[in-house]
Amino acid sequence: MPLFGKKETASVTYISHSGIVSRADVPVGDSVMEGAIKNDIDGIVAECGGNCQCGTCHVYVEEQFLGLLKPMQDDENEMLNTTACPRQPNSRLGCQLEVTKALDGLVVHTPATQQ
Amino acid sequence: MSVVVVGAGQAGFQTALSLRSEGYDGSITLIGEEPHLPYQRPPLSKGFLAGKQSIESAALRPESFYTAQRVEVIANNAVVAIDRASNRVVLASGSRVEYDKLVLATGARVRKLPREGVFYLRTRDDASELKQRLNAAESVAVIGGGFIGLEVASAARALGKSVTVFELQERLMARCVSPLISEFYRRVHSGNGVKIELGAPAVAPDADVVVAGIGVLPNSELALDAGLPVANGIIVDEYLRTGDENIFAIGDCASHPNAFAGTRTRLESVQNAVDQAKCVAANIAGRAEPYHAVPWFWTDQFDIKLQMAGFSGGADREAVRGDPESRKFSVFYFRAGRLIAADSINRPGDHIVARKLLAAAIAPTPDQAADESFDLKSLVD
Repeated sequence: MPLFGKKETASVTYISHSGIVSRADVPVGDSVMEGAIKNDIDGIVAECGGNCQCGTCHVYVEEQFLGLLKPMQDDENEMLNTTACPRQPNSRLGCQLEVTKALDGLVVHTPATQQ
Repeated sequence: MSVVVVGAGQAGFQTALSLRSEGYDGSITLIGEEPHLPYQRPPLSKGFLAGKQSIESAALRPESFYTAQRVEVIANNAVVAIDRASNRVVLASGSRVEYDKLVLATGARVRKLPREGVFYLRTRDDASELKQRLNAAESVAVIGGGFIGLEVASAARALGKSVTVFELQERLMARCVSPLISEFYRRVHSGNGVKIELGAPAVAPDADVVVAGIGVLPNSELALDAGLPVANGIIVDEYLRTGDENIFAIGDCASHPNAFAGTRTRLESVQNAVDQAKCVAANIAGRAEPYHAVPWFWTDQFDIKLQMAGFSGGADREAVRGDPESRKFSVFYFRAGRLIAADSINRPGDHIVARKLLAAAIAPTPDQAADESFDLKSLVD
């Protein structure tokens, strides 16, 4: 039994290009990418394992959450210009989005392809 | 049909993952020596050592993934022999596992110094032990100025330790980067308070912790004992097949023909592990294709991200894009007018474009590469 209480989580919903809706309770501190990988949710590849190296965890974030996200760093900004599906104003890399309590209910859309 | 994968590192894990995404429906057995589920090695010398991430977060997938994908993981158990006559592998525990196709993803082990009391970094357990020792230390000596040594030095400085790096060569990371990049990194490390001793052997360094990162040796004994051709790794053809058509070798242990190197080579990288695993999975699933992936690598030291695409050795011309003083620049390398490599410092966009250019065998002119107002991406779009 864990000595500490259950880890705090936030709900994240992933909607695939074909419309499959998957919801996961992601531990606060994990990334949106990790939330998908650890819950066997398709649509995010994360080839480099979350090191901001590959641009294969591209997601489109639903508008109302954009203001709650940490601003992107230069490297994420540059990587987003190289993703397989076109960049949109709401594009982010899942590995760079840390899940916080404030993001509870977050909805992201995964692109048709990551590679 | 049954596939057995020996080695549960990045390459072994990816083989299982890609076999399923190729639609392979038979059994998959993943056998690893370590007591852990497959995990990523890069964070061990980077985020974990510097105290920025937990060791658990290095796991590639949770246990539920293997159950859901019907991948049987046999951990904490080494394969000690391949019985090619009966298509079986023999485990240290004595049990045998039958295969139709066998994938050797046995990886590599650290090269050691003939000296006691030296730490090395390869496995999760190595990293945990080193982290504990670092926490208790004041001074750290790093033997070897390659990627691992310099990442350890960077992490140790981030923890406030006094750090000296000893490198036998006259420059840092000499095997992998150009002199220009080596010199840039010497300045980055010096600027962050790391003492760098070049061209000097580390004779009994006086430090609380001594860590060596002096390269690895391929784990090819299993193949050798089974009568498969071995020379600096397990010899495979362009389809990653060994001398036995039912046995493949991938990742750090595989000596493969590499078009970008222009020769047979052995690569120790996440890219090579992942792409060879995908290739072998496609081959097993009946979609035979030769291995022809652009090699790329990365290292994180202090606040600098270096990403390398291709091999820069043998370049006859270099073009620098961006100002090195700004610590955001790329170096493009050419040979006989062809682009052969690019090293990018804090410029991931350049890196991705370089990979695309190399894959398509398209070369900008050196002038275009050096001209920041020229959109390199326009050549591949």
